[in-house]
Amino acid sequence: MLLSLLAVLLLAPAHAAEIPQAEKKSGYDFMTPETKAMQDELTSNPGMLTVLDGEALWNRKTGAANRACADCHQDASNSMKGVAARYPAFDAARGRPVNLDQRINACRTERQQATPLPPESKDLLALSAYVATQSRGMPIAPPDDPRLKPFREAGEKIYELRQGQLNLSCGQCHDQNWGKKLAGATIPQAHPNGYPLYRLEWQAMGSLQRRLRNCLIGMRAEHYEFGAPEYIDLELYLMSRARGLPIETPAVRP
Amino acid sequence: MARALINVPKTAKRGQVIEIKTLISHEMETGFRPDRVGKLIPRDIINTFVCSYNGIEVFRADLHPAIAANPFLTFTTVATESGVLDFKWTDDDGKIFAEKANIVVE
Ligand code: HEC
Ligand code: HEC
Repeated sequence: MLLSLLAVLLLAPAHAAEIPQAEKKSGYDFMTPETKAMQDELTSNPGMLTVLDGEALWNRKTGAANRACADCHQDASNSMKGVAARYPAFDAARGRPVNLDQRINACRTERQQATPLPPESKDLLALSAYVATQSRGMPIAPPDDPRLKPFREAGEKIYELRQGQLNLSCGQCHDQNWGKKLAGATIPQAHPNGYPLYRLEWQAMGSLQRRLRNCLIGMRAEHYEFGAPEYIDLELYLMSRARGLPIETPAVRP
Repeated sequence: MARALINVPKTAKRGQVIEIKTLISHEMETGFRPDRVGKLIPRDIINTFVCSYNGIEVFRADLHPAIAANPFLTFTTVATESGVLDFKWTDDDGKIFAEKANIVVE
């Protein structure tokens, strides 16, 4: 079954047209009713435990500046509403896009004068989940900033590139074979609208980059360091591909 | 610090069967996983969960290493009288996590 799908994939062209808007489906749509219920009901969604941690951090003073996020941004349900739906965004100081985690860490280091939080650390996932959940239900709306264009294109290139020992591209699974089975898993369309999310297989929260690393390892390709520009470019492309889908943070995935 | 989410109906009719849902953050370290240098990480799981209703135990569970992290338990009881539901989780470390919820029975 796995082998026959792989055989099909190896013969398929590496580049295919993007999924039309009307056929776009969140990873949610491929889940069992039980997993959907776990995501929908906030008292049974394990990602909410992390969101609550994030809320506590939002209100805690830290760093040499002894300021909390709330001291400057006040009520997150107001100030952070819609923010996750339009990241990654262009950062003039770095001359390239930054994702939400990097934006949060910029406030940590520059505004709070605290040490940056390591990628995939509990605290960074918590703050990121707390900020992103303020956009829950809002459609993904990537900015029209022309400065982002070359980076988005670089992300699309990685997405279409055949790579790894299996010589596969992301698009061969996620554009050409979504909805089919790969071993026990249904291949989703690779939308980034639920992150950070609780994955049952991880028994933990994880970022989009952790998910992308999983897919790269599955392709037996070399993965990047967390925070690498390649991941940000890919995220930028995935967000533009997912335009209009609702943010689900904290989503649950199998 | 552990966090728990509890879902108990705020009100119920006397004699009604109510569903209670509890979720708590815990690593549920199985004791079978090696760390980076190959040494086994000591087991640390929540081993007991108890729910009491106005001081009377109505539900108890023994948990084992095959149970996933952040255990989610749902169970039912009969709404008998207004009062407090107490929830208590105990882990291998001897740490106790406690939560309560109020219910009004009409
Ligand atoms: C061999 C097929 C295959 C390839 C190639 C592949 N993936 Fe995936 N991908 C999957 C499967 C299967 C899942 C779902 C896993 C699960 O549910 O356990 C997934 C999940 C995802 C998700 C999570 C979607 C959600 O709803 O949370 C994203 C994002 C993603 N992949 C992106 C990529 C990117 C980017 C690449 C290329 C670098 C890639 N994938 C390559 C099979 C693939
Ligand atoms: C001393 C004040 C201050 C503190 C403390 C602070 N920020 Fe900020 N933050 C700002 C300012 C000012 C901006 C917007 C200007 C800029 O681009 O730097 C901003 C921008 C942001 C943005 C981008 C918003 C957008 O619309 O693009 C996010 C996300 C953010 N902050 C999150 C946080 C988080 C999370 C914390 C706590 C860990 C935090 N900030 C702490 C002042 C602060």
